[in-house]
Amino acid sequence: MDIHALQQIVHQTRDARRKQTLLKLSPADRDQLIHQYHPDFRESAFRPLRFGPNVGDKTAIELATLLEGDSSVTDGFDLTPDYTTDVLVVGGGGAGCAAALHAHAAGAKVMLATKLRLGDSNSVMAQGGMQISVAPEDSPVTHFVDTLKGGHMQNDHQLLKVMVEEGPSIAKWLLSLGVLFDRDGDGNLHVKKGGGSSKPRLLTCSDYTGLEIMRVLKDEVLNQNIQLLEFCAAVELTSDENGHCTGAIFKDLDNHRDVVVAAKSVILATGGIGRLHIQGFPTSNHYGATGDGLCLSYRLGAKLVHIDTFQYHPSGAVYPEQLIGALVTEGIRSEGGHLVNAKGERFVNELDTRDVVSASIIRECEEGRGIRTMSGRVGVWLDTPLLDAAQGPGTMEKHFPAMMLQFERFNIDISKDPVLIFPTLHYQNGGVKIDTNSETNVRNLFVAGEASGGLHGRNRLMGNSLLDLMVFGKRSGLTAAARAASMPQGKLTVGHLKGFRAEAKKHGSASGVVSPMILPAYTRKE
Amino acid sequence: MAQEDKENIIDQPEVLRHKMVTVEIAGKKYDVPEGITIIKALWYSGQEVVRGAGCLGGFCGACAAYYRTKDDPKVRTCLACQMAVQDGMSITMMPPFPARKATYDIRTLKDPKQDLFNLYPEAPLCRNCNACTEACPQKIDVREGVWKAVFGDFKSVSEMFMDCVMCGMCTPVCIADIAPNLVALYVSRAQGAHFTEKPVGLDIRIKEIEDGRFNDEWTKLLKMNEKELADHCATVK
Repeated sequence: MDIHALQQIVHQTRDARRKQTLLKLSPADRDQLIHQYHPDFRESAFRPLRFGPNVGDKTAIELATLLEGDSSVTDGFDLTPDYTTDVLVVGGGGAGCAAALHAHAAGAKVMLATKLRLGDSNSVMAQGGMQISVAPEDSPVTHFVDTLKGGHMQNDHQLLKVMVEEGPSIAKWLLSLGVLFDRDGDGNLHVKKGGGSSKPRLLTCSDYTGLEIMRVLKDEVLNQNIQLLEFCAAVELTSDENGHCTGAIFKDLDNHRDVVVAAKSVILATGGIGRLHIQGFPTSNHYGATGDGLCLSYRLGAKLVHIDTFQYHPSGAVYPEQLIGALVTEGIRSEGGHLVNAKGERFVNELDTRDVVSASIIRECEEGRGIRTMSGRVGVWLDTPLLDAAQGPGTMEKHFPAMMLQFERFNIDISKDPVLIFPTLHYQNGGVKIDTNSETNVRNLFVAGEASGGLHGRNRLMGNSLLDLMVFGKRSGLTAAARAASMPQGKLTVGHLKGFRAEAKKHGSASGVVSPMILPAYTRKE
Repeated sequence: MAQEDKENIIDQPEVLRHKMVTVEIAGKKYDVPEGITIIKALWYSGQEVVRGAGCLGGFCGACAAYYRTKDDPKVRTCLACQMAVQDGMSITMMPPFPARKATYDIRTLKDPKQDLFNLYPEAPLCRNCNACTEACPQKIDVREGVWKAVFGDFKSVSEMFMDCVMCGMCTPVCIADIAPNLVALYVSRAQGAHFTEKPVGLDIRIKEIEDGRFNDEWTKLLKMNEKELADHCATVK
């Protein structure tokens, strides 16, 4: 059928739906729904790790293969440093920039390396906003409780307390750098309500929150003359005789040369795993989201946590083909947009947590109430025209310019026509286990941002990632910088690979897979 | 259910037809499926993409590209991850352009509106050709923004350039050697850091945290066992 004909039911049922109230699910119903429909509970998609710090722990097969993969660095590799620095930051997204800026401000010599350009990241795409409890009726404690509920009570309490308490000072820092958060009439920061939150707490820059923050942080990294190593992919970490981290080895993707960097501390801010396309899902993630930091940390002996749980953002575009997997911001649901099945019915409280909303969309589609595309995809409607209907014409354009423009490029006006969506692989809930200074169990190896784990439990709440990046980017940067002043540079070896390879051999891992992946293999070979 | 499924299928004849089109990438012709994005066309035609791909979501500006459609002399700009290919299209990725970025400490500027002319002395030399506006894939009125910056209307510039992905396509076309995106970035940051009201509520909250206003609540909460904590969480709606 013509797409417009199929969309009629959304238009026809809009007024009736607006009178409806759907309650959030009780904890028991929620658990049942998730166990039945959430991709995290598809047993066949997971397997236990055979060796390494997390031996026996289950993770997605795609990730397990890479974690058990071999290093490209061979015996006899020349480890003479090309550069020497106090703090080496790997990754040019939000956490990397924050870490570099704070370490630099604390007086350390800093180098920032990234396999793409500075700023090419998931952070730049964050549209929904940043959770910080600035409203008078809100508090860091409430922020803590909401996040804990969203994370199925599995969040690391210490990490979480640190994040929610440091939020307001992070907002102040960003404002001082010139970030233009949306304001209320009285000049206070405007807060929006996000999925899974009991109070409005999202700071936003229209639907360009991540872009605005990243524009500013990138500019600041350049203004501070922080040394950059762009288009250089980390392929291995180095360690001294005690197994402490002492630097990293990179592959320059332009000239294919090896680059060795000696550093007193290394901060991995390498982001997530969307481009592994776990269970074949499309992803909202950037080109380089291949979990490199997880592989590097794992080989050096860092323990991972919650690596069996991934976030599928409820609203990834399914139509048009060109936008498959691209995110339709949760902000639209925050402002009242309904999810509607092929029968014109709502089926979930749209502001329930992401895992619940995603599982319910998968349920609708599996039970035949989805809308199919000829390319074999299926989805449900997100009633975007409802916003203009409820809040007046021009609301979509004013509040979601990025979204409008993205669809306008394909001649779709989402203020008039609903959008077809299905969950898209969005975020790795877990990652490398860190302490409150963002340090791993490997001395002088820090991990910040999405690559780290524990903070978000088994499901990250909307808007908590941008804050995570800023808080733990800062803490890793400051801790690494403070330590640099009083410590010598450790020896650069790849001694840790010997043990890892012996383990791999013992467990028959001769798959020939070399990790990290660096970039997904999308190039057609034949 | 099967019946229902059949009814709820969107017509996409283009998906079934698998029609191939011929495009020219950096001067060489390739056959690629119609309607895929330019980035996907690069992959499809066997190119290793390192530079020229970033977020793949239309936000990072890494994939700035030039294209021309069949028989049209007009060379246009786009973000390659957001543009579908069509038959006869000629495409080339934009190389990194050596624009000069001024360096400054945004927080310690004394007179940001005057400082603009020290940092970017070329900014007032705009000759009104409007090429920057035409080059913007985000449809920003770039020329107008440059003039507003020069006239000190920093607020308008910051609003106009909220959509800017820093792809830099406004820069190579400027006959006055202005880098409008960099000018706008400076202006927007100055607007935020110097000309925007300080949110009083934020300072109050920071002080409350420093003064330990939530300490009792924290102590109570963190002492709870698993069950108590779950019960407490359930009361927060």
